[in-house]
Amino acid sequence: MTRLKEMLPALALLAALIATWWGAVVATHSVIFPTPWAVITGTFELLEDGTLSRHIGASLLRVGAGFGLAVCVAVPLGLWMGWVDRVYRTLNPIFQILRPISPIAWIPIAILWFGVGDASPIYLIFISSVFPMVVQTTVGVHTIEKRYLRAAENFGVSRRTLFRQVVIPAVLPQIIVGMRIGLGVAWLVVVAAEMIALHSGLGYMIMDSRNAGNRYDLVIAGMIIIGLIGLSLDTTMRILEGTKWARWRYAH
Amino acid sequence: MPTKIEVRALKKSFASDKGPLPVVEDVSLTVGDGEFVAIVGPSGCGKSTLMNMMAGFIRPDAGSITIDGALRTRPDSRGILISQQGSVFPWLTVRENLMFGLNGHALPDKRAIADHYADIVGLRGFEDSYAHELSGGMLKRTELARALVVKPEILYMDEPFSALDALMSLRMRNELLRILAKERHTTLLITHDVEEAIHLADRIVVLSPRPTRIQSVFDVPMQHPRRLSSREAQELRLTILSELGVAREELG
Repeated sequence: MTRLKEMLPALALLAALIATWWGAVVATHSVIFPTPWAVITGTFELLEDGTLSRHIGASLLRVGAGFGLAVCVAVPLGLWMGWVDRVYRTLNPIFQILRPISPIAWIPIAILWFGVGDASPIYLIFISSVFPMVVQTTVGVHTIEKRYLRAAENFGVSRRTLFRQVVIPAVLPQIIVGMRIGLGVAWLVVVAAEMIALHSGLGYMIMDSRNAGNRYDLVIAGMIIIGLIGLSLDTTMRILEGTKWARWRYAH
Repeated sequence: MPTKIEVRALKKSFASDKGPLPVVEDVSLTVGDGEFVAIVGPSGCGKSTLMNMMAGFIRPDAGSITIDGALRTRPDSRGILISQQGSVFPWLTVRENLMFGLNGHALPDKRAIADHYADIVGLRGFEDSYAHELSGGMLKRTELARALVVKPEILYMDEPFSALDALMSLRMRNELLRILAKERHTTLLITHDVEEAIHLADRIVVLSPRPTRIQSVFDVPMQHPRRLSSREAQELRLTILSELGVAREELG
């Protein structure tokens, strides 16, 4: 009940926005810009002929592949950079230059290297999500409190135990934060990547709806679905933050 | 009593903006096997630096530390340091913390040993708790138990109970005495609490202000359990306090 009360202002604002949108379309007699109702019927149209699930599946698959690859590279690399100063000093400057380059700027090179198939968007997702995760993991290692490393040193444990029981669990909350940022970026990028020369995915669906007869109801439906899926991906990562591997970091 | 620790002509300076800052100046000290030595001194005098050198965490500029006749150059599990801020791993349970330092045992044995020591320090029922679920006193008990588990020959305690309230600190002292009566570790305790030193130690070393040297040494020829209100204890307390520069008039 209190939960509902807290959400009430947000819901009210949402309702007001939809009402304004609706009113504006009706008042201007727009023939191209759809009413909210047209968006809903458009969504059902997409649901019924199965195109929506096909496009969602394609986008999620690309994100899964690119992001998964990025996690596999970023976590070990970040741990290594955090642990060995020489590696950090060697790699960090290069990463700092590569990191601010928008993934969109990589599109021509991605097409040159990987063609116009699935590999290009997967590469773009990889490139965009790998850097924030490397950075977070490295920061995580650098911020392990010295007293814990000293205690581990005192007990004279093996390197394996040191990594498995001290370094990795200590860094895990930061890795999860990095994954949350990385996945958010990945979802932004997949849509942009799919707008170019692909035949599936939510990004393609949006461009295709516009090109094939100005179906702006489907454009907006696609945008809303992108937003909702992004939200649920982020919620999933938040749940990960609440697991016992990360909870100690936020409890006091 | 055979000699356990021999500290000879120990010196240490730290770099500062104004050149080297001498912290420990020519400290020599012998600690017998199973002896409990308390080190008291004004704050910032270099007590912790001295202990860190004795535990092997800091290399001295000059002088040597030998344990059982062998030169100590780095920390190992034969001497465990318990520090003021504590280093119980927050990402491990109490049991996992206690098992951390155990090498070369099968897993069921590790669990049994860990649980045995949890019981000894009064943590039965909290084996599966995480640090953030424990009180300050329980954290200290966990830290103490984790040290005891590896059967260290020496316990280095750097103001271990100073973060606790007076009552809990007193209880932990009694707890420590009870355990030491059974396990007979050689113990070094740094404290600013003269009463605590009198309560626990066989011998009290008073350090001078920085750069620190040994100013005086007092034997505590009292049987356990000690009564701190006894005339003997009070007289010793006043003597040590005046050594530390607290005038008798100030004590009332």
